[in-house]
Amino acid sequence: MNEENPSVETYIVVFVALLILAALTTGIAYINLGTLNTVVALAIAAVKMSLVGLFFMHLWYSRGLTRIVVLAGFFWLALMVLFTLADVFSRSWIKPPGP
Amino acid sequence: MFFIGGAAAVMMRLHLIEPAGALVQPETYNKLFTMHGVVMVFFFLIPSIPATLGNFLVPMMIGARDLAFPRLNLLSWYVYITGAAFTLYALISGGVDTGWTFYTPLSSHYLNTHVITTALGVFITGFSSILTGLNFIVTIHKMRAPGMTWKRMPLFLWSIYAASVIFVLATPVLAIALFLVGLERIFHVGIFDPAIGGDPVLFQHLFWFYSHPAVYIMILPGMGVVSELVTCFSKKKPFGYIFIAYSSLAIAVFSFLVWGHHLFVSSQSVYAGFISSALSFALAIPSAIKVFNWTATLYKGSISYQAPMLYALGFIGLFTMGGLTGLFLASLATGVHLHDTYFVIAHFHYIMVGGAVMAYLGGIHFWWPKITGRLYHDGWARFAALVIFVGFNLTFFPQYMLGYLGMPRRYAVYPAEFQVLDVMSSAGASHTRRRLLDSIRLSSLVHPLWTRSRIESLERERPGMGDAIAASHR
Repeated sequence: MNEENPSVETYIVVFVALLILAALTTGIAYINLGTLNTVVALAIAAVKMSLVGLFFMHLWYSRGLTRIVVLAGFFWLALMVLFTLADVFSRSWIKPPGP
Repeated sequence: MFFIGGAAAVMMRLHLIEPAGALVQPETYNKLFTMHGVVMVFFFLIPSIPATLGNFLVPMMIGARDLAFPRLNLLSWYVYITGAAFTLYALISGGVDTGWTFYTPLSSHYLNTHVITTALGVFITGFSSILTGLNFIVTIHKMRAPGMTWKRMPLFLWSIYAASVIFVLATPVLAIALFLVGLERIFHVGIFDPAIGGDPVLFQHLFWFYSHPAVYIMILPGMGVVSELVTCFSKKKPFGYIFIAYSSLAIAVFSFLVWGHHLFVSSQSVYAGFISSALSFALAIPSAIKVFNWTATLYKGSISYQAPMLYALGFIGLFTMGGLTGLFLASLATGVHLHDTYFVIAHFHYIMVGGAVMAYLGGIHFWWPKITGRLYHDGWARFAALVIFVGFNLTFFPQYMLGYLGMPRRYAVYPAEFQVLDVMSSAGASHTRRRLLDSIRLSSLVHPLWTRSRIESLERERPGMGDAIAASHR
């Protein structure tokens, strides 16, 4: 299926990068950035997830169909988040009747 | 598992003969309906057609020797058994009373029953679904025999493929939702409990993101079976093959967009409710395409009313009723009025039992000779099909009326004026259905296995019972 496999060096570099990012997540949790804390944590998590997907799960080396399947997964995840947030953000548009 | 779930249903219906409850304590009643729901949805309806007919027919219909990953297939069986063992353990050791929906904060905060064990069982079984879905997708993509193009595939495969897509995309979300319930129960992480920063409606979003598409996991394979049966027993090519095929995919995609119609009274925003309602109406279109195409296939066909065809015709009628009453529930105004009443119970049983179970029984009868080399007893099977149809309607039609009149679901007691309709429903459930399920399983399917009536001679008498593959080709 795959044209080539990642080398052992690549695996090690990615693994070390993941460890550094994990340490970064932990460190930033101790600094008070307000609402930015969540944003930064999620951003780091997204980078880590991409690294795992691209190298450990060989997406970097895969062909079109495999990539489309993965993108479909993300698309569906986006649908779930979109519709859920659409509910959360529009709840306050109408105030409940009463005193 | 089907008999355990069925036994819980029969006990519930017997209990509801009396307005004050005739059989069990209210706490036990709660456990009965939970076990009925959990077992029937996760351990019977979802795996029923894919795991039996799917595993058997998918490779055969595309001309492959086996599925793409036979060992993965075996693993999914072991995973299923492991999950079922956890859930049965919960049942034996005291039960669980959250309802099959596991709504928070009831499940995460208030109950002390076996929520974790049951949820773990469902969580584990989910992986069996994912593996099966993955296996079907890869097999259908990669292992079709030369010449078996997408548009020549039997319609059963299109529907199984669409269901597999839902298996793979939706099931992980259920696993996550149940995992988070466990996380909150055990470690008090604030996810659903507002007191510690959570949002209880978030659970309903996650749960129904899986569980609404799961309805189509249950019904899509059934639709595929019915497409084969109607084609074979009308002795015609399927009318509008490409529309039936693509409507399966349309159902799979749209099914992910409508879950908000379960949340009309859960403090969901009215705007989100409006969108969900409109999309639910859109979802009715591909379902209607299928029903119209089956009917058009029957038109001027040379129809023979053998047992599988009786189930298929039952499916078309009952599914249509279940589907149309779904539109009542998808409309915001009537949905709020009918929410959590017996109308909802009747609606989804018309889809799940009248649809999925009828198709399953029809399919099992149809391919029984292919699987075992023996033909079932056709007289008994026809009799069973008819009485199941009547018994089903006796059970669930009164529940439409009960729901419309305002009887809420999940209560162990009810006002005396509902007793006549409740007794009718109980009579249908406990007498007809159980008798006839026994009859169909024992008399018509299993019995021929030891009567040694060889299929070869019988197939000569009933040529309509042949292979579906040739019949469903364009």
